[in-house]
Amino acid sequence: MGELSDTELNESKRTDPLSFAVRAAAGLQNAFVPMAAAYFSLNDTQWGLLAAIGIGVLVVAASAGFAFISWRKLTYIVGAEDIRVESGVISRAARSVPYERIQDVSLEQKLLPRLFGLVSVKFETGAGGGEDLALNYLSEQEGERLREVIKARKDGSAIAVDGDTAETVTALPADVLFAIDQKRLFTFGMFEFSLAVFAVLAGLFQYAETFMSIELYDPGVWGEYFAGPGSWIATWGPAAQVFGALAGLLTLALVGSFTGLVRTFLRDWGFVLERTEKGFRRRRGLLTKTDVVMPVHRVQAVTVGTGFLRRRFGWFGLKFVSLAQDSGSASHDVAPFAKMTELAPIATAAGFATEPSEGTEWLRGSRKYRMDSGIIEFAIFAFVACGVAVGLSFTDKVSSLWALIAIGAGGLFALRQMFLWRFDYNALGANFLFIRRGWLAPKLEVASRIKLQSVEIAQGPISRRRGYAALKLGLAGGTLEVEGLPLERALKLRTAILDSIARTDFSEING
Amino acid sequence: MDDTDKELTQLHPNHVKVTRIVALLVALPFVVGAIVLEAADILPFGVFVIPVLLVAAFLVIRIPLRRYHARGYDMGADRLRVVKGILFRSDTVVPFGRIQHIDVHQGPLQRIYAISSLIVHTAGTHNSSVLLPGLGDQTALEMREEIRAHIKRETV
Repeated sequence: MGELSDTELNESKRTDPLSFAVRAAAGLQNAFVPMAAAYFSLNDTQWGLLAAIGIGVLVVAASAGFAFISWRKLTYIVGAEDIRVESGVISRAARSVPYERIQDVSLEQKLLPRLFGLVSVKFETGAGGGEDLALNYLSEQEGERLREVIKARKDGSAIAVDGDTAETVTALPADVLFAIDQKRLFTFGMFEFSLAVFAVLAGLFQYAETFMSIELYDPGVWGEYFAGPGSWIATWGPAAQVFGALAGLLTLALVGSFTGLVRTFLRDWGFVLERTEKGFRRRRGLLTKTDVVMPVHRVQAVTVGTGFLRRRFGWFGLKFVSLAQDSGSASHDVAPFAKMTELAPIATAAGFATEPSEGTEWLRGSRKYRMDSGIIEFAIFAFVACGVAVGLSFTDKVSSLWALIAIGAGGLFALRQMFLWRFDYNALGANFLFIRRGWLAPKLEVASRIKLQSVEIAQGPISRRRGYAALKLGLAGGTLEVEGLPLERALKLRTAILDSIARTDFSEING
Repeated sequence: MDDTDKELTQLHPNHVKVTRIVALLVALPFVVGAIVLEAADILPFGVFVIPVLLVAAFLVIRIPLRRYHARGYDMGADRLRVVKGILFRSDTVVPFGRIQHIDVHQGPLQRIYAISSLIVHTAGTHNSSVLLPGLGDQTALEMREEIRAHIKRETV
């Protein structure tokens, strides 16, 4: 480690020259669709292929040119108090982010930049709407160095590192809190059943439709097929048709499991969660590698989730709620697939508990709320049923009595609502507020009492008359709400929570 | 200490006037529209004008007063409580120690009537900003100073 010289401190730098190459390569992807469009629309003329290639070259050249100019024009300065980025070709924009406001610095490596040894450095500030600062593509060394510099600056010390010693800094002693080996990753993947691939296929079909002018969603097309070349299907016996349906379902299950497996492997390959001096550090990813550091005191709440099937085998997932975003989602996955006994130490390391201490009472919501929510649920369906009945009475073809189906569904949903009430609990411990919801796949939210920002009691016209209320808590980076609490309980919770909040200033918990 | 039973402070009476003027401005185009339709002689007299005028009168005269009475705030020793809503009541408490920054806002109408809105911002996703409108100019500034005195300087 060495001091940053003054010249290096305020020097304006460019991103790595290779990032220009990455963007140009990414331009190839953009060229593909116009090329295909040109080829298919002109393929009756002789020069269709030539035109397609020409357009492709043009698009690539244009995007490469643009990438080069924007690379030239983007500079960043690591200053004494903030990091500044100036960018823009025609209009210039300068953004400054003070070190204290940077929640964490994450490094992300997508496949293409990874081939060039580049990383994308993101500075999470907790600003909404994707307004965070990102430097697209620095060399791995520079990214690591920048992260250390910023962490050092945040801590108020003047110590910083220069490029040559970055390697030694990353090798700080760290405790591995949680890691996923390949065997567990495989088990995890089996539970991550996903039909996303069908959405992708549907998207491809839409492309195919526009290019080949076949209407896959037009029943006429299929009707003709079954009447003509496909009429052999109709000659099958009923047994064969049942077999066909089963085979279809089996394929669906296989494809779904396989997709889930692939997605899980891509996302969570080499998952390691460490407790370093600076906070939690998580690395994961097969093709897109990410490396995120979360300071311990930034963790606002933890959630323990599960799925109805994986719960039977004792698997749970742990997430941290903080102001920083984790690739689009609000909470950070810190242990996506683990046994309860493994989760507790991780939560403890963050200063949280996964279950209330002895003697803390788990309480349910108001019984009146249970009744009312059931009635409201039923009323909505009854309203729909009336509309349907009136509608049907105008047409003579179908009896209005069919609307009774909606009434029946309403009854079932109302019963379900009332049944689920039995599984909603809240508990107030000495330091934490616990909220548990759900029957087959219960979800547990644990918020630190002093890390809440505001407390609101909200009542509608019905709840005011019936004496219950919703408690809405201001949580940085997430939402926390309990509905249908008896009013006295809501008031008691509010008083208790406010007393713990008022004793500590914001800067003491989030400094 | 539970401050729920504490008497709430009412807003400045001018707040009713301002909300009435705003309601009037909203209702005006509808009233004009109704008169125009009436003038076109499509249906017998009063079919458009009477209901529109009744609703407008209700919105301009009754609602602002009821909302005014439903609103209130309480400056505690270390927290701000804001209550509002006729049908849907909301009772929010923000401890001073959790306030990130404070705005005092004044629109042109509010300026004429010498009232201001106090807006406190928290780091929470829910209630990220809590609005307290209809304070007298002086009161709003005093409240801001008082809250600011409570907020310790964040880490430098």
